[in-house]
Amino acid sequence: MFSFSIDKEVKQSVFSENILWDVIIIGGGPAGINAGLYAKRKGLNVGIITKDLGGQLLNTNLIDNYLGFTSINGGDLAREYLNHLKSVEVPLHQEGYVTNISKENGEFNLVLSDGLFIRSKTVLIATGGAPRKLGVKGEEEFANRGVSYCATCDAPFFKDQHIIVVGGGNSSAEAIIDLSKWANKITVLIRSTWRADAILVERLNEIKNLTVHFNTSTKEIYGNIKMDGIIALNRITNEEFKIEADGMFVEIGTTPNSNLVKDLVELNNQGEIIVDENQMTSLEGLYAAGDVTAQPQKQIIIAAAEGAKAALAINQYLNQIKE
Amino acid sequence: MAKLFNEEVVAQIGEILAQAHGEVTMVLFTKEGECYTCSETKQLLTEITEIKDSIKLEVKDIDEDSELAKKYDITMVPSFVLLDSKKEYHGVKFNGIPAGHEINSFLSALLETAGYEIAFAPEVLDRIKKLDKKVNIKVFVTLSCPHCPGAVQTAHRLAMLNPNIESEMIEAQTFQELSMKYNVSGVPKIVINEKHELLGNQPVEAFLATLEKL
Repeated sequence: MFSFSIDKEVKQSVFSENILWDVIIIGGGPAGINAGLYAKRKGLNVGIITKDLGGQLLNTNLIDNYLGFTSINGGDLAREYLNHLKSVEVPLHQEGYVTNISKENGEFNLVLSDGLFIRSKTVLIATGGAPRKLGVKGEEEFANRGVSYCATCDAPFFKDQHIIVVGGGNSSAEAIIDLSKWANKITVLIRSTWRADAILVERLNEIKNLTVHFNTSTKEIYGNIKMDGIIALNRITNEEFKIEADGMFVEIGTTPNSNLVKDLVELNNQGEIIVDENQMTSLEGLYAAGDVTAQPQKQIIIAAAEGAKAALAINQYLNQIKE
Repeated sequence: MAKLFNEEVVAQIGEILAQAHGEVTMVLFTKEGECYTCSETKQLLTEITEIKDSIKLEVKDIDEDSELAKKYDITMVPSFVLLDSKKEYHGVKFNGIPAGHEINSFLSALLETAGYEIAFAPEVLDRIKKLDKKVNIKVFVTLSCPHCPGAVQTAHRLAMLNPNIESEMIEAQTFQELSMKYNVSGVPKIVINEKHELLGNQPVEAFLATLEKL
């Protein structure tokens, strides 16, 4: 009846100020964990700082496109990752988050919210993304009062209710499948047309009481104490229409968590970190991997692969500067 | 009833609680008759005591032991509080079963009530100690929410560090009426002194910004 998802590592921190690390990885999602594994296997002195071990995997219910697993729960995949990471003993610091990074005399200095100060020869930013917001009127007012960004967290509140899902990508299609177990009616708004995998879209055909509006965007969310509905806009006819609903799930991708390094490295106009073929940013010794980079395809396997690439490149870089 | 924890979970919890050195008493309130998850919560806490000797469980009835329930301000069941080695209550309460992702905030609360050091920066600790108004923090959660344990852990830490603060986790599905009263349709939702709201797993600084303005 009840399951238990333990993701806590409680060990005395080894992140003392007296160590000069080879590489500090910021972020504990697929990119950060895989980088930790690869760096450790190369013999590097590596540590991971993360508040959210598992990263965005934890927001995902079923993953059907990760090679080697026909279908696996996001939390279970995260646990497999962590067991693998544990086998090579990479130290994790889960208390506090990095508030500042600077580079001085070829060394990176990291300041953490829990008062810790860390020095490292290189740093890998693997901080991923946060749910993207619509940026429309009423969104902030009705956040957690009908408007939600986490289907796995909030689906139970909408039992036998009518909900709107916004977005046409894989995360939206997966959310619809999750939500259909609770809601009795789902209306989907997609700006253009489906971008989700055909195999997922096909599965949506089995869901009863599902209406999809293509070429449609959200103009405004209205309500009183809680949201009561939205005003939608047909982008072709410019026609506005109301949809009454009890809730709304926004699944339109992520925004990069790049704030920490926005003054240190080059970002693109989306705020994503620009990296070279070795995952290095515009600042020597500072690397980035996963959803925070300008790489356009946000996929678990790609984020993990970028983490591996970054760790191998960091190893090479450290060998070079030693010579 | 079958065990709630499988072998793997027992091993993981054992490893984490190995660092709990002081004694902790969990006082659980249930009631006879209809009570959603009362027996499961009792079993969960019992299985914790089987993993770690220094963690004790006392089971009370909210009606029969009404004096004690009043002392800890218990108004619904299942609900439990944590007491330290001197059997003192520091305002750490769980309403509903801390299963799923919420096991993490429960384990943190056990460890830290047992004396495990709370990792806040010195200036944050100073700001917490200076709070002199009575504060009640409610954190609404669902068991499938990966961001909720962080919010519960922060709220409970504030309670442990300042006697003016009490903090309670509320499992929204178990206490649906209360969730409706506070308009909860997304979690974690943090309600401070009945009226100030914070959304999401906010850092301790965000809690402090609100608490300092009370």
